[in-house]
Amino acid sequence: MSGPPGIQEAREARRAGIITPGRKRAFFAIMVLVGLALPLAVYPVFLMNVLCMALFASAFNLLLGYTGLLSFGHAAFLGSAGYVAGHVLKAWGWPPELGLLAGTVVATLLGVVIGGLAIRRSGIYFAMITLGFAQMLYFLAVQLPFTGGEDGLQGIPRGTLFGLVPLDQPLPLYYVVYAVFLLGFFVVYRTIHSPFGHVLRSIRENEPRALSLGYDVDRYKLVAFVISAGLSGLAGATKALVLQFATLTDAHWHKSGEVVLMTLLGGMGTVMGPSVGALVVVTMDNYLSGVGDWVTVIIGSVFVAGVLAFRRGLVGEALHLARHFPF
Amino acid sequence: MQALYGQLLVGLINGSFYALLSLGLAVIFGLVNVVNFAHGALYMTGAFVAWFGLSQLGIGYWPALLLSPLAVGVLGMVVERTMLRRLYQLDNLYGLLLTFGLTLIVEGLFHHAYGNSGNSYPVPEALQGGANLGFMFLPRYRAWVVLVSLVVCFGSWFVIERTRLGAYLRAGTENPRLLQAFGVNVPLMMTLTFGFGVALAGFAGVMAAPIYQVSPSMGSALIIVVFAVVVVGGMGSILGSIVTGLGLGLVEGLTKYFYPPAASTVVFAIMAVVLLLRPAGLFGREA
Repeated sequence: MSGPPGIQEAREARRAGIITPGRKRAFFAIMVLVGLALPLAVYPVFLMNVLCMALFASAFNLLLGYTGLLSFGHAAFLGSAGYVAGHVLKAWGWPPELGLLAGTVVATLLGVVIGGLAIRRSGIYFAMITLGFAQMLYFLAVQLPFTGGEDGLQGIPRGTLFGLVPLDQPLPLYYVVYAVFLLGFFVVYRTIHSPFGHVLRSIRENEPRALSLGYDVDRYKLVAFVISAGLSGLAGATKALVLQFATLTDAHWHKSGEVVLMTLLGGMGTVMGPSVGALVVVTMDNYLSGVGDWVTVIIGSVFVAGVLAFRRGLVGEALHLARHFPF
Repeated sequence: MQALYGQLLVGLINGSFYALLSLGLAVIFGLVNVVNFAHGALYMTGAFVAWFGLSQLGIGYWPALLLSPLAVGVLGMVVERTMLRRLYQLDNLYGLLLTFGLTLIVEGLFHHAYGNSGNSYPVPEALQGGANLGFMFLPRYRAWVVLVSLVVCFGSWFVIERTRLGAYLRAGTENPRLLQAFGVNVPLMMTLTFGFGVALAGFAGVMAAPIYQVSPSMGSALIIVVFAVVVVGGMGSILGSIVTGLGLGLVEGLTKYFYPPAASTVVFAIMAVVLLLRPAGLFGREA
């Protein structure tokens, strides 16, 4: 095994000189600028939704793409952070920056507990355990009084960031969410490209060898899991701030599956893949909302097609094409 | 006391379904090395086939008990032949993802066709009524479910552990290539095993139809609990998954009596404790 097919493409592309440090810098610069200009042309709430899910998927990819751990319960972090942020903003009247912080901290702590238990098993069991704990949290969210049960939390106030930026207007809110996304994306990027990230990759490629080289594999897995959970929480809290509600949907196992789909579709183990996948899936959700139950069928079909025929993902395929038709 | 016995019976029935489903998962995982997420969806399909047969075609409970698992089994074999087979050389995570996608498709289709509400399925005439045991009332159908589940579970255990066919199956689990070198048609065996495993799910679905409402979402909630059961028991042993399934069902029933709010989460809490004390699972072999 040499990792998911997406990452093999990325490696080949680097070897073939398609990805160079200069091009990478140029690409990121363009991406940042496009992100700054985009709300002038596209509906900001849609964009913010995409950004939140892109951050969520990037955080998830840190586990699946780079550590080789399939978590099937990441909705637990997205959902609970949304509830916590919503609650402290609405019931306790905290300012938005503390709301985001509270959501992130709670998701991080949950990551320590769930991750600490789940890494005791590997492979397929890891997926089942994370799914189980996420379901447990879902049931708690249904029962606990502060979550509002089936109705969820509605009408979460956005407030004023640091007492300066009024978040009730769409553009300031967009740029704050964009900054949050870039911050989270940067954390993932730095983690992947640090010595720590290389150890994670070695665990994915060959865990026994990493162990025999003296790395405390469980510790690395746990730290990766906690970073991923925390950033998923940041995404969930931001989403609650943007949409002004937190509901059971974000804690449901469908959401855990959706983030897997985003990562798979964009290209697992590639830096940009999850964000591209998030854009596609959120757009799909948006435009298909009128067709009712067919959304589930279509999402499922995309899933099946992705697994059977499209394992490199969009970014992986693009790199593959670029290698065969060099520009 | 009445209520306690009642909850214990409910627990025993839930446990029978956990046992049937986790048994099928374990058999499939053993030979085919796939964790079948669609197991719950196929259980639901089994219940729907029985319901559809009765309400549209006039096929009763007894033929459905045979036809429905057959239909689900054939569906499973088609899926195995056309899709799962392509993923065997890859990481087994892809098998889980594929069956997850199939779950969404199946559930979405049923939701579209039959809505969210449940459909009731009558208890067959021969099993209506019940017996007063003195300390509680025992509905005949429920006793039947527990009994038949036990018979099917132990029958499967006997076939797998004590017969020649079972020996092939276990050999395939240990070393499929070597078995193939001996002239056994392993790919066919895998198809049939997958078919048998999901047929068990279809069978459980028919059994469940008169007890629970037949609804499109009856499978997915169940399958996640069954996964937890599998983690607690470990997929290493057939007998282990049967005992764990029944045991956890009983614990759930007891929780429903003593502290109802925790009933839906107790299995996951037990999973956490088992992971702390015995990470390989109660009957697990791998570390």
